[in-house]
Amino acid sequence: MKITRDEVQRVARLARLELSAEELDAMTGQMDAILAYVEKLDELDTAGIEPTSHAVPMENAFREDLVRPSLGTEKALAAAPAGQNGCFQVPKVIE
Amino acid sequence: MELIHLSLHELRDKLREGEVTSVELTRAFLDRIEATDHRINAYITLCKEQALLDAAEADRRRALGCDLPLLGVPIALKDIFITEDVKTTCASKILSNYVPPYEGTASRKLKEAGAVLLGKLNMDEFAMGSSNETSAFGAVRNPWNLDCVPGGSSGGSAACMAASQAAATLGTDTGGSIRQPAANCGVVGLKPTYGRVSRYGVIAFASSLDQVGPITRDVEDCALMLQAISGFDPLDSTSVDCPVPDYRAELKGGVRGLKIGLPREYFIEGLDPAVKAAVERAIEVYKGLGAEMIPVSLPHTQYAVATYYLIATAEASANLARYDGVRYGVRSEAGTGLTSMYEKSRAEGFGAEVKRRIMLGTYALSAGYYDAYYLKAQKVRTLIRRDFLEAYKQADLMLAPVAPTAAFRLGEKTDDPLQMYLSDIFTIPVNLAGTCALSLPCGFDEAGLPIGLQLMGRPFGEAQLLQAAWAFEQATDWHKQRPAL
Repeated sequence: MKITRDEVQRVARLARLELSAEELDAMTGQMDAILAYVEKLDELDTAGIEPTSHAVPMENAFREDLVRPSLGTEKALAAAPAGQNGCFQVPKVIE
Repeated sequence: MELIHLSLHELRDKLREGEVTSVELTRAFLDRIEATDHRINAYITLCKEQALLDAAEADRRRALGCDLPLLGVPIALKDIFITEDVKTTCASKILSNYVPPYEGTASRKLKEAGAVLLGKLNMDEFAMGSSNETSAFGAVRNPWNLDCVPGGSSGGSAACMAASQAAATLGTDTGGSIRQPAANCGVVGLKPTYGRVSRYGVIAFASSLDQVGPITRDVEDCALMLQAISGFDPLDSTSVDCPVPDYRAELKGGVRGLKIGLPREYFIEGLDPAVKAAVERAIEVYKGLGAEMIPVSLPHTQYAVATYYLIATAEASANLARYDGVRYGVRSEAGTGLTSMYEKSRAEGFGAEVKRRIMLGTYALSAGYYDAYYLKAQKVRTLIRRDFLEAYKQADLMLAPVAPTAAFRLGEKTDDPLQMYLSDIFTIPVNLAGTCALSLPCGFDEAGLPIGLQLMGRPFGEAQLLQAAWAFEQATDWHKQRPAL
């Protein structure tokens, strides 16, 4: 067992995903199989190998600190499910 | 040949000669879409009225002496490209109502080159898939055999080209999503070197792997499209500031003396015999054209799929965190508070494959597992990239299959996600290495399904890649075949 149902439930919480009981069962089985497969990487000795987070050798992609036009509030709110007073509206955050 | 079956460069010539107008051409493609798309489902959104207006505008400009590289040419875009005021869904329920307020760079560049947008093309949801079966808007069918998949995730783009529903398209490739569907559908697909084309306005799946590329009728068309979209973009901090060559200047230069490497790890047991035979025939064609074949090795190939499914899923879990029902997209009515709103919106809006990948990625990045999974995968990625750079010390290019088989049947691999993942074995390594590669047609199997040949090139070696592809294409006539639709 690479991963338990409880761990899958915990990960779902982290990912802000609500899974039904059936989905949880199916997900546990599938994740277990995939995690077993990726253990293959343990065959390799990677001591002293630098990790690659970026395929192209590039550093410090900076730009000049100049102000440029941005999207604007109206356009930014145009696709929102709920908006009010120039803000995105969401369910109450603090009780 | 009917207009719709011609290549982009042939249509361009006709437009320039005044043999056809952009309006006539656009109408021809729109008619074709109407006649065929109910069987293929390549399009999610059709921009009928706007396309005809844009085409008329293109004709007006041409009459005034204007001549842009793609003036009046009707194209279509994978629905992963943000198009201002045109619905963009990424084939997901969660973005089913999303109309972007801005334009992405690749699509803007095509617009500025004069292209006419026919519509947005179907794909696997959030680009996660190899068969275009995970779309919230229904599966796409392979025009060569409607019971088969077109491949994925750019299945709509490849099927559109095979069905002659546009002059050219753009797709994206994260683990093979341009090359594999292009191979399955008998068309040309190119994944440029990472950083060659801007990712601004491309809905992100895995940011260190995603690349934009053309899916076209032939190699010259591919060069034309690549020319239009390439180049440094200050809006994409991962785009590389290096000059864009003229991709058509050396296109017809031939392959005499070119050293083509054959990586032994790509010619293994488990290759479909028809695929093996087609690729071996292609090798003979290249020898006949004067290329020298040399054996090479990419020793860490067998670790690529595992590496990819840790890195890509980890990056995806971060990139898809933004779909929370707050600023755009679908929000669940059933939320009982903020967290509940997030959880239910995402549960209702995402499909099973997307959820699976988010879960895997979240796990791989979580405390206690980060070192064993994500960090380990990044180190193996270094080894994989080194394999490629080493190989390019001996060979100019490499040649290999695109996939172990031709297109499989709809539903054949949907029960076993791991089986589906393993079919990406030959395309994934190039994404991990960040280098370029293309797929072009090289034959058919006994069932009449297309087989693709993969050519892999040096970092920023697209010109040489296209040159080698063009030579093979002109020595064969696979690119002239069309499915009977």
